[in-house]
Amino acid sequence: MGAIEVHNLSKSYGKVQALDSVSFSVERGELFGLIGPDGAGKTTLFRLLTTLLNPDSGSAEVDGCDTAKDYLAIRSRVGYMPGRFSLYPDLSVEENLQFFAALFGVTIEDSYDLIAPIYKQIEPFRTRRAGKLSGGMKQKLALSCALIHRPNVLFLDEPTTGVDAVSRSELWDMLSELKERGITILVSTPYMDEASRCDRIALCNEGRILKIDTPEGIVRGFDKQLYGISAKNMFALLEKARTADGVEDCYPFGEKHHLVAREEFDEAKFVAQLGDIEGLQIIRTAPTIEDMFIKLMKR
Amino acid sequence: MKQNFASFVKKESLHILRDTRTMLIVMLIPVVLMVLFGFAISTEVNNVNVAVVAPNRTDGIRDAVERLSQNEYFTFKGYITPDDIDPYLRSGKASAVVVFASDYERGVTQAATGVPTKPVIQLIVDASNVNTAGSSTAYLQSILLGAASQQAMFETRMLFNPQMRSAYNFVPGIMGLIFILVCAMMTSVSIVREKEVGTMEVLLVSPVRPVKIIFAKMIPYFAISCVVLVTILLLARYLLEVPMSGGVGGIFTISLLYLILSLSLGLLVSTIAQTQVVALLISAVVMMMPILMLSGMLFPIENLPKFFQVISNIVPARWYIDAVRKMMIQGLPIVAVWKNCAILLGMTIALLGVSLKKFNDKLE
Repeated sequence: MGAIEVHNLSKSYGKVQALDSVSFSVERGELFGLIGPDGAGKTTLFRLLTTLLNPDSGSAEVDGCDTAKDYLAIRSRVGYMPGRFSLYPDLSVEENLQFFAALFGVTIEDSYDLIAPIYKQIEPFRTRRAGKLSGGMKQKLALSCALIHRPNVLFLDEPTTGVDAVSRSELWDMLSELKERGITILVSTPYMDEASRCDRIALCNEGRILKIDTPEGIVRGFDKQLYGISAKNMFALLEKARTADGVEDCYPFGEKHHLVAREEFDEAKFVAQLGDIEGLQIIRTAPTIEDMFIKLMKR
Repeated sequence: MKQNFASFVKKESLHILRDTRTMLIVMLIPVVLMVLFGFAISTEVNNVNVAVVAPNRTDGIRDAVERLSQNEYFTFKGYITPDDIDPYLRSGKASAVVVFASDYERGVTQAATGVPTKPVIQLIVDASNVNTAGSSTAYLQSILLGAASQQAMFETRMLFNPQMRSAYNFVPGIMGLIFILVCAMMTSVSIVREKEVGTMEVLLVSPVRPVKIIFAKMIPYFAISCVVLVTILLLARYLLEVPMSGGVGGIFTISLLYLILSLSLGLLVSTIAQTQVVALLISAVVMMMPILMLSGMLFPIENLPKFFQVISNIVPARWYIDAVRKMMIQGLPIVAVWKNCAILLGMTIALLGVSLKKFNDKLE
């Protein structure tokens, strides 16, 4: 049995359906990513799995315990890091860590070996108030606090939101390290580019899971040819490209537009059809997870 | 597990100590209120300007006016003519005018011999401030009667508070108010802050029962309240010179009970409110109004409409203030207010029970 088993879990807040019959399972020692935009239901799912909320229907098991019946047992076995900074800003780094250690009935020394790779980086600032730390350091402290009791399963809700690029990358390195120690990690992020750091990912949107696979598998599932197109007037290009023959879809993607081609798409014809467009460039590109997400979302 | 309870208390104390501004306010509010109510705001009659109309300034009248001007509560503004009465009162040059009849002496003599006579003194009082008007009329009457007839009609003695000092009346009221403010408001805000900041989520996803964390939260606030209690009692005793003849021990005991009640009230508020602002509003507005209006702090409960008299029974401050008044001013021992103690104890148990039941270890 997996570390996390979710069966047809549903949850609504009034009229808003936050989660709509979601099912998936996470293996022990797996780094599993929930990828989706804001409002996809990621936080609700975390709160259900950490026993903070009761589901409307469906069930879930975490580390072999039912989230409804054995919720007290789950609470001592999981580590949870909520989406927003939830430490005490008026306490120092060390005081925060000490408090969370006391909360779980352990001492910092007990778990020092586990948190050391992370905590060492903020230890020089241990007398500084947590509220005065930078975004990246705050997350490192929060992660240390979530790990203090050696949890079997770690829940991280958007740990990289509001964190600079270097710290984001560092954080993912730490997660890989923790995974090596056998900790099951469920992590959510709105950033598609971080998905490749996970073993498997679930693409979610509006309370549903669109697809679950390895990052490579997801990209492989994109069976259409993709082009990156650009021109001086990007907006006019987008308008024209969308109505051209053999174009399944065209959408802005960073500096370029991504064009999803049908079978019958012909590059030369396409250029001719666009007519006079200044600085037109068209090249074949490899699909990314985001392309797949857009495709799944539109279906 | 004992050790982790201690570390919760420590953490909570750190929160309080580091928020120096709030600390200062909590410590200063009682002092400010005590000084304000004790000295500045008083219902005593002081410095009432009195003018006198006396067509014939006989010896008897001179004697009466002499008594009046000697009195520290009145300021004699001089003799005026009947035409000046209205302008004097309107302009505020005088708040009261004493008019002696032209046959004042004869009336007094007749009264002294028991012959029924018409009134010989008229009091014209500016009643735009009812309190001042009422007290100054009564006081003027007693002074002038003393002057007018040697025969004593009444002998009034004010027991327990012979000088009718309003500070005596306000100190128990302030205590009833402050402990609700400090305990209920501060605890509810500090619990709700955890919800608002998001730390409550992390606390809940831990093996420790939230009840334990909540109790740990109450302890530092309880300690602060005790300091406030001592401050108030010291100020009351030595600055306002409230007698406390009933013994400090009793006052202390019932105050501790009231502190615990206030803490439970704060806990109840925290289970209802989701944001600090709401918690603040509930404790400041919803709880303070009944204390001010229905506890007997400002208005006697007997003067309230029947409906509010019934409601006042559920205001804890009513029972507390009543008991403290009896112990502080009348000098009764705590056993004399056992009924109040029992009611407060019952309320505490009920409040604690309800709020612990309502306190959820999930988010909804």
